[in-house]
Amino acid sequence: MRILGSLVVIAIVVAGLGAWIIRGPGPLDFAGGSKVALADYRAGKPTGVPARLEKASLVERGEYLAKAADCMVCHTKPGEKDYSGGLAFKLPFGTLYSTNITPDKDTGIGNYSDQDFLNAVQHGKRRDGARLYPAMPYTSYTFMTDEDVLAVKAYLFSQPAVRAKAPDNTLSFPFNQRWAMIVWSAVFNPDTRFMPDTSKSPEWNRGAYLAEALAHCGECHTPRNLGFALDNRKKFAGAITAGWRAFNISSDKATGLGNWSDQDLISYLSLGHAPGHGSASGPMGEAVDHSFSQFAPEDIRSIVAYLRSVPPQPSPDLPATTAPVAPASHRDGVTADARGKKVFASACASCHGWSGESPVSPMATLTGTWAVNDPAATNVAQIVISGTRRHTPDGALSMPAFGNAYTDDEIAAVANYVTARFGTKGSKLTAKDVAELREQTAE
Amino acid sequence: MNAHNNLTRRALLTGGLATGFVLAFHLPLRAAVNEPVQPRDTTEGKFAPNAFIRIDETGRTVLMMPQVEMGQGTYTSISAVLAEELDADWGKVEVQHAPPNDKLYGNPTFGLQVTGNSNSIRAWWLPLRKAGATARAMLVQAAASQWGVEPASCTASKGEVAHAASGRKLGYGELALAAQGQTPPKDVAVKDPRDFVLIGQPLKRLDTPDKVNGKAIYGIDAILPGMKFATVAACPVFGGKVGKVDDSAAVKLPGVRKVVVLDDMVAVIGDHMWAAKKGLEALKIEWNEGPNAEITTKDIWDDLRKASQKDGAVAKSDGDIAKALASGDRFEAAYELPFLAHASMEPINATVHVKPDSCEIWTGTQIMTRVQSEAAKAAGLPVDKVIVNNHLLGGGFGRKLEPDMVIAAVKIAKQVDYPVKVVWTREEDIQHDVYRPVYRDQITASLVDGKVAGWKYKVAGSAVLARWLPPAFQKGIDIDAIDAAVDAPYDFANFHVEYVRAEPLSVPTGFWRGVGPNNNVFAVECAMDELARKAGKGPIEFRKSMLTKNPRMLAVLGQVAEKSGWGQPLPPRVGRGVCVQPSFASFIATVVEAEIDDIGEITLRRVTSVVDTGIAVNPDTVKAQIEGGLIFGLTAALYGEITIDKGRVQQSNFHDYRMMRINETPKIEVIVVKSGEAPGGIGEAGVNAGPPALRNAIYAATGVALRRLPIDRKLLAAGKKA
Amino acid sequence: MATTLIVNGETKSFDAPPEMPLLWVLRDILGMTGTKFGCGIAQCGACTVHVDGRAVRSCVLPVSAVENRTVTTIEHVGSTPSGAKVQKAWLEAEVIQCGYCQSGQIMAAAALLAATPNPDDSDIDAAMAGNICRCGTYVRIREAIKHAANGRQS
Ligand code: FES
Ligand code: FES
Repeated sequence: MRILGSLVVIAIVVAGLGAWIIRGPGPLDFAGGSKVALADYRAGKPTGVPARLEKASLVERGEYLAKAADCMVCHTKPGEKDYSGGLAFKLPFGTLYSTNITPDKDTGIGNYSDQDFLNAVQHGKRRDGARLYPAMPYTSYTFMTDEDVLAVKAYLFSQPAVRAKAPDNTLSFPFNQRWAMIVWSAVFNPDTRFMPDTSKSPEWNRGAYLAEALAHCGECHTPRNLGFALDNRKKFAGAITAGWRAFNISSDKATGLGNWSDQDLISYLSLGHAPGHGSASGPMGEAVDHSFSQFAPEDIRSIVAYLRSVPPQPSPDLPATTAPVAPASHRDGVTADARGKKVFASACASCHGWSGESPVSPMATLTGTWAVNDPAATNVAQIVISGTRRHTPDGALSMPAFGNAYTDDEIAAVANYVTARFGTKGSKLTAKDVAELREQTAE
Repeated sequence: MNAHNNLTRRALLTGGLATGFVLAFHLPLRAAVNEPVQPRDTTEGKFAPNAFIRIDETGRTVLMMPQVEMGQGTYTSISAVLAEELDADWGKVEVQHAPPNDKLYGNPTFGLQVTGNSNSIRAWWLPLRKAGATARAMLVQAAASQWGVEPASCTASKGEVAHAASGRKLGYGELALAAQGQTPPKDVAVKDPRDFVLIGQPLKRLDTPDKVNGKAIYGIDAILPGMKFATVAACPVFGGKVGKVDDSAAVKLPGVRKVVVLDDMVAVIGDHMWAAKKGLEALKIEWNEGPNAEITTKDIWDDLRKASQKDGAVAKSDGDIAKALASGDRFEAAYELPFLAHASMEPINATVHVKPDSCEIWTGTQIMTRVQSEAAKAAGLPVDKVIVNNHLLGGGFGRKLEPDMVIAAVKIAKQVDYPVKVVWTREEDIQHDVYRPVYRDQITASLVDGKVAGWKYKVAGSAVLARWLPPAFQKGIDIDAIDAAVDAPYDFANFHVEYVRAEPLSVPTGFWRGVGPNNNVFAVECAMDELARKAGKGPIEFRKSMLTKNPRMLAVLGQVAEKSGWGQPLPPRVGRGVCVQPSFASFIATVVEAEIDDIGEITLRRVTSVVDTGIAVNPDTVKAQIEGGLIFGLTAALYGEITIDKGRVQQSNFHDYRMMRINETPKIEVIVVKSGEAPGGIGEAGVNAGPPALRNAIYAATGVALRRLPIDRKLLAAGKKA
Repeated sequence: MATTLIVNGETKSFDAPPEMPLLWVLRDILGMTGTKFGCGIAQCGACTVHVDGRAVRSCVLPVSAVENRTVTTIEHVGSTPSGAKVQKAWLEAEVIQCGYCQSGQIMAAAALLAATPNPDDSDIDAAMAGNICRCGTYVRIREAIKHAANGRQS
């Protein structure tokens, strides 16, 4: 009995240790300074809304925060009503659909009390007690203050109620066992509110709150561990999410943001474009359109200050410098891949130019972008397949989706041609790779 | 043969009296047209002997064009025919769009002012020659009476009448007023083709100089004082209606003037297209999508396949088909063709000014008078209060045989007091077309002694004619859809053609360049290749053995074999495919040479076409039309397909409704055979040739017998089973 | 807010939103309809103009991007040496059918010849593959460009 007892204890210790090892550090642990409870922090106000909205109504404050937390993109299926859910998340083990978060009583969250809402956002617990899958980034939102979460609720409840039931998830066993998320959550949800770091500036703390609690940057940009949770040992080192590559946004000089100027970062976040670094597209394009572009300028600056402090993480698969402008003539430079060149000449050259510098818009310039310098060509292929539609201050900028009229072979070929011509190293995509990428993003 | 079960459109439209009667019977208007001498224009100061010719005192010769120019070169060809008989000075000829008037300008075949079906020259060949010859005779009479000599002693050439005996000459300008007073001769003789000086020459086109410098004016280029610009969004689901429109954001945008809500469409009017477009994007529109909101391409195909199992209306039955099919080696196949959009380069547009008591329209249309009468209905005005100004068309391809864009523009313009130019975006153009129908063509045949003994051909698909020209739809047979089915060029002793009308769920269908023969030529020529292989014969040899009664076809086939290098060895996975077709009274044989690489991608290497179109009015135009038609058809074969999901068209612009480009274009050689026969149609014929010839080249190169278009390249990767 | 452009050698001032594509400025504000609308997404080339001598798709080019730069359109390209040669060759080869795409084709070809006086097939493909011709005049376009180039040498 004693032996059994100690075995259990050992097992628990090992499991705990294992979990601790897998879980790794929290998202803000890298900063290392001493933390204080929010109430005890006097140097500034890292939470809530920017100064200009301080006096605004609860709903308006909630609107700012909901946009900062980018609720809409995930909770709106393209073409459907805002926040009515139904967007599909393709996972390797099935498809998840986002929920309706309009105040509809039957199909939305109209019956949620404040506590119900807090439970869902901070703890991943639905009103009926069921556990949420971590596709909902509650492990980030958990850092939000109650006040901010409830402001978001007030905003959502001010929106029109939409009757819309999301399709049932199609997860396979064992992933369809929601109860298992209790364990997952116990291990991986820090379940704690944001605590300012007194060794850092108020600006940094505001940036940390925005980036970690609201904008949930790590959900895409931090690699995941065995438990499918964020591995903050490699914080912001970049990862593949939903078929797109979220690049390294640590302060690594070669492959991260280390060499970007403040102005570049501000411009990229608020406009989705920085000269010489290309344009945001795919999920980041959506994040800019629906979220970052709505941030107050001082909030963008705070995020930049915070990003700068994240320790460098190398991305060994990316080149140390991006490739220079390609020759102006189609004859010079890369000549391989005749099929890729043919597609490029037909569908791409008009906007992107043979040199990679767009004759029509700096936003369409390929030179210097990570996408074309990524030898895996993930985002190049993705953007060819699904295009991009950006809402910029000078009107919409779009690239059409070529995925329906061009074959997988052609898309692979053009991606290989583009990365070879405008990047440092050509990709070697095959039709099969392209087919897989399509799978990952297909609605 | 009796007239009822042999309603072949080709026969109908070649202009023969007996067959021309069929349509004419139902169209009382026809009686008024096709007169050799048209009513005279009595405007002072010029010679206007009929509706087509205007010569003023300076010799300026204006020819009125009853047909419209959409790229097919008809303005030049029609002018050549008129000028030939008129003996006009070709350098002085100018053309003008004719106004809407079925009596004066109605296409002799249809009795309506319509350009389509590659029949401009076929229909107008004699009437225009007579019109030209009559005018010449009057000019000669005028000169003769001035000189006091016999008209017969005078000659006319290059815009002058000469009296050789006395060496006197007078230009047409100098004779214009006197000629206007002459009595037109009753029955004027036309030239012997041997005397043609313009017809048969590769004439420079009259419309091209303004097309190289941006001066040519298409409908979309109309500019009027005070004009505003509009663009539209129609309900994305066919048959759906506008529900609610929230225009609060749109009307605040700079340059946005007005939001117009119609039954099934919303328009925004602005100071320019950009404002209109932005305004439209800013609208929040709720649609009542109606009953079609769940329809998919699959539903439509399921329906069509089911319908095609039914017995059809018999269009032709020679011999004993049941008996013939019971003997020999049996072959059965079904060929399926997709929906196609027209995608003419000039997007859909119409400019309209509605005033309290009149309505004026500026557009490019293939149906002048129909546009006029439909606009009158939409405007609530009598027809004679509607003025239609026609323009050059930036491609027609059958899309502009429809008046929908004009009707909508009139309804929009009715809401404002200024002229408004309505331009559809390319997306609207692709998603609200009238589509080339889906077709399913089934062929059952039997082979005896290496030849086809029985041939049963059933076409299932939409009856465009039933909607477009109801009187022409008789006894359940769409003579367009079976045109080249009943007209198959081969000697089939036992020959049976049926048609099943099957309208696709919700999708509007219309004529598309190449019209009915598109599906027929494809099915017949694919089946012939498969039968040849079954018979153990070469595709050309097999066809030749069954063209014994068709010398013109046999001749072009022989020539194309020679010119294309048929039989010369080819590398692996390269093949040649042939197609012969009797379309639009032209005889055409085509060989496509294509390479299919290991992953199934297709490279077109070479195309050779030999064309016998009778007298080629402008042989260079004939060549150009075949070249362009081939590319049009090959584009469809390679990429063309409109698909439906949730009741909506899924394609929207050239990124997903793909076009062949210059870097995919093969060498194309077109040989025009010299012939003294009456001219055939040519504007659409090339379209029919490309798809089967390419498909047969693929069959030769890979052994894969494709039976659907567009070509599924996935089926062609090396190692795939035939 | 007035925008100023130099179009075909003339200075033009007008009011237009900065993001408005040059195409619509040319057609709807300046009344120069030689430049055509085909797709609006840089996939067909019908709207091609020259900006500082380079072929550019005006349907996606914000007017603010060309302020004070030199814009040449089909109406004026004949006054450039390569434009004149191309127009002449186009007429000689009878390239044109409906003509709607041809403003763009000619502008693209003129820019090609200005940069590459003796283009071979691959140069023609690289410069012209972005221009769609629905009438299918490609065979003659290729021919005409070669004629125009040869004309230059004589
Ligand atoms: S209209 Fe500009 S490229 Fe098509
Ligand atoms: S000539 Fe008609 S689209 Fe090119």
